Amino acid sequence: MALETTTMTMTQDPILKVEHLSMRFGGLMAINDFSFEAYRGDITALIGPNGAGKTTVFNCITGFYKPTMGMITMKQKSGKEYLLERLPDFEITKHAKVARTFQNIRMFSGMTVLENLLVAQHNKLMLASGYTVLGLLGFPAYRQASREATELAKHWLEKASLIDRADDPAGDLPYGAQRRLEIARAMCTGPELLCLDEPAAGLNPRESHALNELLQGIRSDTGTSILLIEHDMSVVMEISDHVVVLEYGQKISDGTPDFVKNDPRVIAAYLGVEDEEVEQVIEQIEEIEGGQGGTKQ
Amino acid sequence: MANIASTTASAGTEVTARALRESVFAGLITLGLFVLFVGLKTDQNIRNELILTQRWGLLAIFVIIAMVGRFLMVAYVQPRLAQRKAAKAAAPEVAKEESFFSRNFSTIAILALILYPPVIVALTGVQGSLKWVDNFGIQILIYVMLAWGLNIVVGLAGLLDLGYVAFYAVGAYSYALLSTYLGLSFWVLLPVAGLLAACWGVVLGFPVLRLRGDYLAIVTLAFGEIIRLVLINWTEVTKGTFGVSGIAKATLFGIKFDASKDGFAALMGLPISSVYYKIFLFYLILGLCLITAFVTIRMRRMPIGRAWEALREDEIACKSLGINTVTTKLTAFAMGAMFGGIAGSFFAVRQGFVSPESFVFLESAVILAIVVLGGMGSLTGIAIAAIVMIGGTEILRELDFLKAVFGPNFTPELYRMLIFGLAMVVVMVWKPRGFVGSREPTAFLRERKAVSGSFTKEGHG
Repeated sequence: MALETTTMTMTQDPILKVEHLSMRFGGLMAINDFSFEAYRGDITALIGPNGAGKTTVFNCITGFYKPTMGMITMKQKSGKEYLLERLPDFEITKHAKVARTFQNIRMFSGMTVLENLLVAQHNKLMLASGYTVLGLLGFPAYRQASREATELAKHWLEKASLIDRADDPAGDLPYGAQRRLEIARAMCTGPELLCLDEPAAGLNPRESHALNELLQGIRSDTGTSILLIEHDMSVVMEISDHVVVLEYGQKISDGTPDFVKNDPRVIAAYLGVEDEEVEQVIEQIEEIEGGQGGTKQ
Repeated sequence: MANIASTTASAGTEVTARALRESVFAGLITLGLFVLFVGLKTDQNIRNELILTQRWGLLAIFVIIAMVGRFLMVAYVQPRLAQRKAAKAAAPEVAKEESFFSRNFSTIAILALILYPPVIVALTGVQGSLKWVDNFGIQILIYVMLAWGLNIVVGLAGLLDLGYVAFYAVGAYSYALLSTYLGLSFWVLLPVAGLLAACWGVVLGFPVLRLRGDYLAIVTLAFGEIIRLVLINWTEVTKGTFGVSGIAKATLFGIKFDASKDGFAALMGLPISSVYYKIFLFYLILGLCLITAFVTIRMRRMPIGRAWEALREDEIACKSLGINTVTTKLTAFAMGAMFGGIAGSFFAVRQGFVSPESFVFLESAVILAIVVLGGMGSLTGIAIAAIVMIGGTEILRELDFLKAVFGPNFTPELYRMLIFGLAMVVVMVWKPRGFVGSREPTAFLRERKAVSGSFTKEGHG
């Protein structure tokens, strides 16, 4: 009961609304009429079998692909709304305050860990340096801003427990630390929605536990909403408040982790079913859909 | 004890025996390789008949060089290297205290450059110093400035630009044409030339924004050629291949460097000589170089400089952090072009004559070679590379004694490119990331640690 009421209150404040999103690559319909909402302050997980189109959804949200159809609305705390499918890629981070990480880590490997975090504060510093002109002439405003930027970087380095490696090249960090650095770097842009593409991929259990703590810390300290793609079910079930399941570009389930875990369609999508059980599963599905339809009305 | 001594002795003889064996092999291979190339030469005699000249002496020299070289290599150099490697592996690396020289390298270098003209004048006399100040000083410094300008585009932003000489040409012609047609002074036109070149940098930048790597390189190459062909063919304005001559000289606060009554020499009470103008130009280009270095160093610590380097490392990550890659690329092109343009207008004022001949592709290649050889992104490395490459070719002109060895027809300048290429291969094998391969971080929390070259990327356009 308690769970339901919390979801009810959150329903009132979606931070990201994806409506009828479709993405076609030539003859392939990678995403087909996909709609979901992510709520403010929630950790929303997007899961699905390999090739389901999760990363494509991410790329549409963060502007790396322009969707064939559909609307993606980002609603900020201030009430400002942005239609992400219309913004050029860099403005999605700059104005709409959506930051992302990548499935295959993209570090500035030849720059130090600290520099990586300073690059992330580019727009803020650019303004403070008067688009380089005032900074070049040595105005104190830039020095002040640059000190503040270093402080912010230090804050996130401590959160990601990377402070001891701050002056080392990012390419020199072990894999798990690079994952954490990428999250810290995304947080330095000051986002309201953080999109993580498989943050736990390739991490050992201890590292993925540390990651859980980092993500929960981010949510509780900054109120940043998180949208993540993940295969590691221990991460998904432990930290997410809301799970959306995608298969062949279509949504097959949407709800709390417990609901999704027991959804026969999800089980069928992940594990597959024996031939003789197909009928049974379809029946079950129809039953559930009937039930859902009832509650909706 | 005796036992150990005898083993080392036997090891010694073993090495010598192996060295002898290998030197014989090397000699045989050389003989086989060169017997037809060097030993025999086809020639024609006075009756226009094809004859074979035999050059056994020369062949013998080749074989002996190969044998001796191989012997020395196996008997002495290789054991020494192995020994050194073993000693290095045995002794743990001790953190070396930086010497006074390496800590204050740039200050010492700048002081040396400032003192260079008076020292040269004192050593070689007023007239003798002309060559040293002009050919070595000014010539090298122009290339230092050009390479530092290109370094912004190639070394920092990672955009491979093969047409950099176009901006050099724009700067040179801006000064040449505007001063001849409008009579404006050098000091006004210096920033104007820089701005015009920067505009052309943006003009080039726009179409190539979407291109990366090889494609970008080819388009920039074409751009360089377009500028040169325009200069050749737009004869009404540029006078085509004849070039623009009689370009006004620079003045020092209105004082002219000529033989007139109120010229520099007369005012200072010095004997009339062209050296003063050259020394003035030396300090001028030195000042321009220092401004370039200052701006580059300052820019690297600005958000825009960090964005350039981030762009070199990973463009997609840049976009995901809200960096406008379009303006970032364009500013890199514009900044690089501006310094190229300023260097170009200096070139025009120094020569007093510009023609499209000076802005061929080879110049772009030389400037790029200096940047790569010096270590992309490193100002010190690039300056050293410019001294080696440009100073090296100038020194070749001075090596008259080689005529005594190779005969009176030998002109060392002709071997410039050969030696140039050889030097590049050697340096790239020995230091694949250039003279200074490591990268200086722009910010640090506790200590400034240089980033090893193995982590930095070269960029892909």
